[in-house]
Order: sequence, then C-alpha cells, then structure tokens
Amino acid sequence: MVNGEPFELEVEAHRTLLEVLRNELELRGAKEGCGAGECGACTVLLNDEPVNACLVLALQADGKRITTIEGLSREGELHPIQEAFIRHGAIQCGFCTPGMILSAKALLERTPNPTEREVRESLVGNFCRCTGYQKIVEAILSLAKSGH
Amino acid sequence: MRLKPFEFLNPSSLDDLFKFLDRYGREAKCIAGGTDLLVQMKQRQILPKHLINLLPLSGLRGIEKEGEVLRIGALTTHADLERSSKLEKGWKLLALAVHKIGSPQIRHLGTIGGNLCNASPSADTAPPLLVLEADVCLSGPGGVRRVPLEAFFKGPGQTELREDEVLKEVILPKPPEGGLFTYLKLGRRKSMDLALVSVAVLLTVDHKRETFGQVRIALGSVAPTPIRAKGAEKRLEGSLLGDEAVQGAAEMAAKECHPITDLRASAEYRREMVKVLVERAIKQSLGISIPPTGI
Repeated sequence: MVNGEPFELEVEAHRTLLEVLRNELELRGAKEGCGAGECGACTVLLNDEPVNACLVLALQADGKRITTIEGLSREGELHPIQEAFIRHGAIQCGFCTPGMILSAKALLERTPNPTEREVRESLVGNFCRCTGYQKIVEAILSLAKSGH
Repeated sequence: MRLKPFEFLNPSSLDDLFKFLDRYGREAKCIAGGTDLLVQMKQRQILPKHLINLLPLSGLRGIEKEGEVLRIGALTTHADLERSSKLEKGWKLLALAVHKIGSPQIRHLGTIGGNLCNASPSADTAPPLLVLEADVCLSGPGGVRRVPLEAFFKGPGQTELREDEVLKEVILPKPPEGGLFTYLKLGRRKSMDLALVSVAVLLTVDHKRETFGQVRIALGSVAPTPIRAKGAEKRLEGSLLGDEAVQGAAEMAAKECHPITDLRASAEYRREMVKVLVERAIKQSLGISIPPTGI
C-alpha cells in the first residue's frame, strides 16, 4: 500500500524499497543521498514511522503502509507542513525536503507541540547541506504553535 | 549502491528457520532491521547467497515482564525500547542508551538482537545490558541455551552464536533496589555517530549516602568486546562517597581497557576519555551535574 493505493509488484529480492519506489512506481521524491541510512534523503514512512528506504528490502515492505512525499498533497492542495516549509523559506535545493517533511509529519503526529530541542532531535537523521536547518526548524515549530 | 542478488527466504516458524540454517549454513545470513547487514552487503564486506527474513517471526518482538524479570524479544526495535513504559527503574538505562543510537529512522528498523549479534565493540545496547547483567537466549534445533551476555561477545563481530542458532530474547533480572544509573556516549558529533568511548554505570549507595554499595561499570569501544571494568567496580564498592574513590575508580577503569587507534581516535585519547567518562558517569548517577558529554 503506497500513499493509500494498493500495488502488486513482482520484484527481485535484492531491490531496496527506495529503488522500487523510484523506478517501478516512479515516485521520485525519495532520493538516494548515501545509500547507507546516514543522510535521510530517502526517508519514507513505513506504517507511519520514518525509515531509510535505502535500508529496507522491497520485499520486507510487503503488506505494510508506505507514505512518500507524494502522498501528502491531496487533489493539488499542499499539506500544511509543505505550506509551512514554503512560507518559512525552509527549501533551497530541495534535495533533503521530502525526507525532512516526512520526519516532521511523524514528529507532529506523535508530539503535536514539540519543543525546539524535540524538533532538532527528530531531524538528526535528515541532513541538509544548504539551509543550516534554522528555517526548517522554524517551519516545523510554526505548526506546533498553531496547534497542529 | 546496489546489492548483489540473493535468495530471500521467509520462515514462518522457528523450525522453518532452523531448516534454512541447516540447509544453507554459512551461505545464509539472517536479516532483521538490516541497518548493519545491508550496509555491509552494499560495501561488499559480506555477500550471503541467501537472506533469511526474521521479521515474519513476530513472536520474537515484544517486551514482557514475567515475575521480577524482563524478557525482551530479539526483534524488538530500538524505537520500541525507547517508548516502552515497561523499562522502569534500573531497566530504564537501556531505554536511555538506545535513544542515542543513530536517528529515528534507524531506530525504527534496528533491533536489539541485531545490535548484539552484529557485536560491534561500540554497540550501544551492550554496556547497559552488561551492567544490568542480562542473559541472552540462543535458540537452535536442539533447544534453547541461556548465556550471560558477558560470555556472548567473543571479539569484534564475533559471538557465541552457533551457525544453527538464532538469538531469541534477552532476559533482564530485577535490578538492584534503588539503583542509580547513567549511560555516556562520547562521539565526534552530537548525533548519528558510533561511540568513541561509552560508559554505563549502575550503582547503589547506603541509605545515609555515605558509602557505595553495589557498583557495576561497563565500557564500550575500548576493547575487542564491550567489557565490565571489574577492577574499577571493586575500588568503589564499600568505599566512602567522595572524589578520592571516584577518581581512583576512573583511573582503574582506564587501566583495564584495551583501546585501539583507528580512524576515529587514538588509543591514548580513548584511554584518557575512559577516565573522564567513568568519573562523570559515577557523578551523574549520584545526581551531581556534569558538563555536557557526548551524544
């Protein structure tokens, strides 16, 4: 199940979830930054929890609920987290952005009113080379204050 | 980074698992969260022809209190441990330590069984489990063996696990009443790093807070395996609370370890940091505030 839609695919055992999302399903929001679970550019939600898709075998994701960045907007309407990132200038090159937003989504669902420290701790697995993180943190905190 | 092809096997029971292990032996590896294994495979450090998926064995995941003892299934993730209300009193040390592993993404995949069987000398679950005096249950076709964790680690990446066995669960005995504890992990960054040096302390003091009672100290990343610093422990047990005993124990611990020089740090630095961290860990356990230390 990807973004609420069921899929049935035949994949070889050695393919990772990241590869299958990008190649077979053409969902290219998740990126390969390092391939080793260190950068978080491949972050997707697996049963609502953030994971590195580069370290999940596609076959291990069988039967689970996968959410990618593409699953956040509905009928062309952006998700509040996406809106907040735009509003706060939290996007430069955009490479880390899908992973950042999904990590933020998981955080806000578990902790609707996080402290700055909790926000930063939730993002330790998402690297950004452009922004210095400040605007990303502010974007996420703005959602906490508005009671999301 | 692409993986090389392999056969993926899904056992539906432990018996199935043992059949696969028997059939494929060294050409098979078990996979749980894959956060260590898949990285090693991508780097071509190991190239198993068959991967046995442990995740369907959902009975191996979970945390249960049984009488006075805590049983943790091998497939319990670090995220499960971080969040569990069952890790109370001294057992909470384990929850605090796993919080320092990697990132939320890693912690949602990585398991306690994987951390132990990967047997890195820097494994973050090890020093806490050593001071909690945990046992591991190794399950094979002939039955289950219960082994003290101290005897489980044999060397870097090497454990007591036989080719036909799987680590089934970790058993934590009741911790000492009134136990005070700390886990300190020194790293090059504030997160997403392995320990340069790590220290777990679990101790008790008498009701007047004048002398040390039981003391357990474990060190990570400074020997071929995670170790207990038993000389340091003896130095403290029964001693009066005070700088002299604490510093004596810290110096003793620094002498008991066998660090190596590698790309992350020199042996000399690690040895010096054992002294610093053991002192700080004891102080923090006693409620004395220490400077920000590591991850």
